[in-house]
Order: sequence, then structure tokens, then C-alpha cells
Amino acid sequence: MKKSVILGAATVAGLAAGAAMAGTVDDVKARGKLNCGVTTGLVGFAAPDANGEWQGFDVAVCRAVAAAVLGDASAVEFVPTTGKTRFTALASGEIDMLARNTTWTFSRDVDLKFEFVGVNYYDGQGFMVPKALGVSSAKELDGATVCIQTGTTTELNLADFFRSNNISYEPVPIETNAEAQQQYLAGACDVYTTDASGLAATRATFENPGDHVLLPEIISKEPLGPLVRHGDHEWGDVVRWTLNALVSAEELGVTSANIDELSAGATDNPEVNRLLGTEGTLGEMLGLDAQWGLRAIKAGGNYGEVFAKNIGEETPIGLARGLNAQWTDGGLMYSPPFR
Amino acid sequence: MTTLTDPPKEQFRLSMLLYDTRYRSATIQVIALIGFMLLAAWIISNTIQNLEALGKPVEFGFFGEPASYDINQRLLEYDSRDSHLRAAFIGLLNTLVVAVLGCITATIVGVMVGVLRLSNNWLIARIMTVYVEMFRNVPVLLWIVLAMAILIEGLPAPNAFRGENPTASMDLFNSVAVTNRGVYIPEFLFSRSLGDIHIFGTSSLRFDISLDLIAFLIVLGGSIFTMRKVSAWAAAKQESTGDRPKIWHIQLGILFVPMIILMTALGLYLGYPELKGFNFKGGTHMRNSLIALWMALSLYTAAFIAEIVRAGILAISKGQTEAAAALGLRQGRIMRLVILPQALRVIIPPMISNYLNLTKNSSLAIAVGYMDITGTLGGITMNQTGRELECVLLLMLVYLAISLSISAVMNWYNNRVKLVER
Repeated sequence: MKKSVILGAATVAGLAAGAAMAGTVDDVKARGKLNCGVTTGLVGFAAPDANGEWQGFDVAVCRAVAAAVLGDASAVEFVPTTGKTRFTALASGEIDMLARNTTWTFSRDVDLKFEFVGVNYYDGQGFMVPKALGVSSAKELDGATVCIQTGTTTELNLADFFRSNNISYEPVPIETNAEAQQQYLAGACDVYTTDASGLAATRATFENPGDHVLLPEIISKEPLGPLVRHGDHEWGDVVRWTLNALVSAEELGVTSANIDELSAGATDNPEVNRLLGTEGTLGEMLGLDAQWGLRAIKAGGNYGEVFAKNIGEETPIGLARGLNAQWTDGGLMYSPPFR
Repeated sequence: MTTLTDPPKEQFRLSMLLYDTRYRSATIQVIALIGFMLLAAWIISNTIQNLEALGKPVEFGFFGEPASYDINQRLLEYDSRDSHLRAAFIGLLNTLVVAVLGCITATIVGVMVGVLRLSNNWLIARIMTVYVEMFRNVPVLLWIVLAMAILIEGLPAPNAFRGENPTASMDLFNSVAVTNRGVYIPEFLFSRSLGDIHIFGTSSLRFDISLDLIAFLIVLGGSIFTMRKVSAWAAAKQESTGDRPKIWHIQLGILFVPMIILMTALGLYLGYPELKGFNFKGGTHMRNSLIALWMALSLYTAAFIAEIVRAGILAISKGQTEAAAALGLRQGRIMRLVILPQALRVIIPPMISNYLNLTKNSSLAIAVGYMDITGTLGGITMNQTGRELECVLLLMLVYLAISLSISAVMNWYNNRVKLVER
């Protein structure tokens, strides 16, 4: 019996390892669909709307990649993953890319053998507490019960933060954001901690968002970005430059409103021309056609539009651009040139 | 003179391996075994090669690295600087806790339900039938999630105990706090404690044994030994004179007096839970996750055990009951003295597999955030280190070891109670 068990595990791992070897661009084209890993539901970042259509900031990245590669922004199979299952799903080839507010860390990049193609949201870990608790700083949380999504970097930051401040806490490990919300609202935990953007998104779905406050401490750097498997650089390039196309589009003033006009013929700005495929052969170098960038931007608009539509200040989530503004506006969003 | 001819000497030829029925089955088995081993070797080497191509060779060095995460329920001291191995060990203990608690509760509830389902009381028998069918036919994961949801939504938060007019209050003379974060019960503390012995120094498997507990067990063992002597003496007296001396007060004395003396010597007092800051402090904290998992697993398994018990009882012929009744035994005693001891022989073997099921089902713990070995080694450690194959293999080995140990113990017990045939 022992032998057969090991055998089974070995088979699964063997198959998984085999699947990772093929060229992902060709796989996706042959399949006609992009398998994109997202969260199990975090409003604003990735969640199905009333019609069952996935919407959100991370979803927009998936759609842009699908539009660039397949020419159809809706040719995406969204695979909901938890903090625990996401890496196995990506490593095993079940998904082609992961856009699940995942923090770029050394060990994930180097040891887990993934390739972060960039950062689409600069975040940090925060704390949310009910206003009634009267807490104004995370350092006052000695002895509190803290809900935390298991298998995340936030779990490790939390342990470090409480340890370095020499205060105690009781962790309540939770699989998904929805369960965390349930426990937090029922008072089974005093504090919910995750990335500040996630907290804002979660709070927006509460019945009385005003009854909950985010504490001022941001205890970590959480650069969130899409990632792919190590070793397939062609595919990594496609995802990386699709993301860069969205960021560059905002910088260059290409929006969904003027993109048709700009792509009708060559403009005065050569970089816009190269981005939109009216000049140069950037698409060909990527193994795609010339209009890839045009389609990616058309899928949901440029980075700024995607941000404003899903999580910006006009939405219930109401996140300010902050660090995520263009570098020209004092933020960190900085795309390498399209040249 | 007769000539004896030697019986024709049988020459072994290779073809006999296939055509001689004496060897054929062995030949086929050997070939099949070789084939199987080749297949296994191919799969294993393929896996190792592929993992190496991915840059993730199989190695277990990560176990020595600091785990960096905290575990809420820990029977031994542990903090986030301890190694992954230590975290796995803490998780293993949590698995064992819920498995042992679950098996005990499931057995008690199962036996009661099984007996009551055969009751002549129509209502009780029907209620038990409904219970058994409900629990047996719904996946245990749903019961676990439901139990957790009830505990979280149905019980008051610690906040409700606060303030001028608290909406919730502690039970049992202010000693037990039932909250949606768990149940806080008083704990035994000793003011003149004997201290602990530390075992395994500073290694990952280190643990402390309380000398108080050892003293308690020694005294308890001594008392039980003496009680058995006394009851043997009473039985001998009954044999010889026909009179059974009254010994229950002596027995009680033997059980409690040394214990009370020991407890006074150690300075026993109760530590009550108290609302301090965000949570109750002091006392023993039984977390919701443990209670939900424990309850759901025991009630689910108890439904199966009830059916096994019922089958075992029905397997004993009705003549036994009638004979016992004819001797003038009352119903309860018939069940306890005549039916159950015989039924036990039928009950034990299927019971083993239910204990194994309960233990294996405890790996669903992560659904309620209970940090068992699947949650630590197969959950956070696997996730943070990315060593899927190593963690899963080790996890399987651990469950295999637990299951085989349970089987071994139960088989030993089964051999003791089974009918000795001559």
C-alpha cells in the first residue's frame, strides 16, 4: 500500500513537471483560451459581477493578455485559486499565468521558480478593526485575535511585526477572503489583516463600511504583480510587455477614447506608433502580430483607466493612486520604453 | 532376482516454467513483479529528473529553516523562530488530540445511539434512526463547516461580556466563558508545583513533561491497583462464605483520599478565565476550530459506529436475551453483562476502520482553520517553501504511521476479546 501511494504522488508530480516544459504561447494559441488564475473573489481585484462575468483590476490584466495573444478579451478561463493553491496551480500548468494580487518576493521568484513580470499594484500590509474597538494603532493590539489568510506573505509579516514589537496575538488562519469576512463581522476576530488594498476592497462590501477603520501602520512592502513559470521566457515577455503596454499607454496619453483615432495612421509620436503597431515590428519580435498592443489597451483601457474603473476613488473601494501613480506624477509606475 | 529400475529422473527444462502447472503461476508472478518494479522505478526516476530539470531537486534541508509563522493551538511551546520540523511536530500533536478526542466521543455516542435505536420506545428509536441517517448521508466536510458556522454566528463575541450591561455572561458560577472564539474553562494550577523535566534538550522534538502529572498518574495507578486487590478480596470472601462484603465506601476512600492529599500537598487551585483586553485570559482555551472539528467528526463517525453496534447486538441470538431474562436479570444488566460482551467480538473489527476514517478525516481541519499536520506541514510549510513533493510524501508517511499504530492497538485488543476456539 505504501508503495502504491508514493507511486501515485510520483505520477502526479511527474505529469506536472512534464506539462511545464511546452511553450506556453503556442499552448494558449492552440487552446484558443487563456487560463488565468485569480482570487476566489475580492471585489475590485477579481470577482464575478451580477452576470457572472469576472471583473476587476487583476482580471483586466488577464483580459489584456488574452486580447494581445488571442485577439479576444473574453477568451479567458478564470481559475479561482486560494492563497494556498495558487502556486501549485501555476507550477503544474493548470493555469498559464497568475494575476492574484501576489507579492513579489525573493523566494517565490528564485526558490519557487516563478517569474514576476512586473508590478501592477504597489501595496503594503495593513490592519482593519471595528471602530467600536477604539484602537488607533496596531501597537495597541496586544492579545488581539487576528484573522489572516493562510499561505500568504501577510502571515509571515504578521508574525514578524508582533514579534519585533514584543506583543502577543492569536492568529486565526483562514482559507479565503469570504471566510475571513464572515469571521471578522461575527466578531470571532478583532482584527483582519491583509494587503491594504484588499482591506479597502473588503470593507467596501460591508453593510456599514463606516464602522470599520484601517489602522495607520503599513507593516510591509507588498509589490503585487502577475507571474508566470520560470523557464518560458517567450511567454514571460508577452505578459510583461502587455502589462508595460497598459502602463505606457497611460503615460503616452493613449486612452480608450482616442485609441481608434491614434491607431488609424501614424502619429507624430513614434513611441505611440510602435506601441499601437503602426510602425516597427515589436509585435513580430514577441511572436504576435502588429496590433497586439492596440488590442491589449482596447480590452479595458490603459493602466489609469483600469485603476479608476475598478478600484479608483470613484468606486466604492476608493483607493487613491498613491504609489501607483505614473512616475511623471510622483508614483512608481514606470514602464521601460517601447523601442 | 528382480531388477529395480530407477524411477525416470525428471529433467528440468526451461519450457516447464511456462507449461508445467507447478511452476506456471510462480513464473507469472515473478514477471509481473519485475514489470511492476520497473514501472515504479521509471516513474520515480522520471519524477526526480523532471524536478531536477525544474531546478527543484528532492531534498529535506528546508526542515531546519525557521518556520516564520505562528500556530494558535500549540500543546508545546513554539514560536515563529522555531523550525519547520517543530511546526510539523506541533501540527502532528494537534492531529492526535482531535483524533483521540474524536474516537472517544464517537465511541460513547455511537454505542449509546446503537443501543437506543433498538429500544422498544418508538419515539427514541425513531429519533436515533433520523440521527444516524442524517449524519451518515451528508459529507463530513459540510458538518464541519456547519458546526463552525453555528459556533461563530450563534455564540456571543468576547465584546458582549464587557461593559455595564453585558449582553452575555459567564456560566457555571462565573467559571466558564462560552464565546464565538472558543470555550474558556478553568484550569488546574499548582502553587507548589514540582516543575517539569525537559526532554531532547533544544532539538525540534523537545518537550516537557510535568512532574505533577507523573505524580498524579503514580498515585492514581496505586489507588486503582489497591482497589482491584480489595475487590479480589471481596470476591474471594463471596466465594467462600456466600456473603459479599460492602466495599464501595472503602473503594471510594482508596481512590480519593491519596489524591486529595497529593493535591493539597501540591497546592492545587483553579485558574479562572477573565476578560482582559481583547480576549479572555487564563483558564484553558478550547478553540472553536477544535470544538467544531471534534464535534462534527465524532457525531459523523458515531452514526457509523451506531450501525455497527446495532448489527453486533442483532448478531447475538435472541435466545441469549431470553435465557438471561429467565435467570431474572433486568434489561440494563442483560445488555451490559450478556449481550454487549458477546457483541463486542463482532463490533471491534469494523470499529477499527471507523477509527482510521475519523483520523484521516481530521485532515479536513483546514476548512475551519485548525492547525493540524495537514495545515502546518501540508499547508503553510509546503506553501512557503514550495517543496510540494517532499511535504506530501512526508504527510502520507505520517498518516500511514498513525493509522498503522491505531490498527496495531485495536488488533491487539481484538485478539484479547475474541472467542478463543479450541
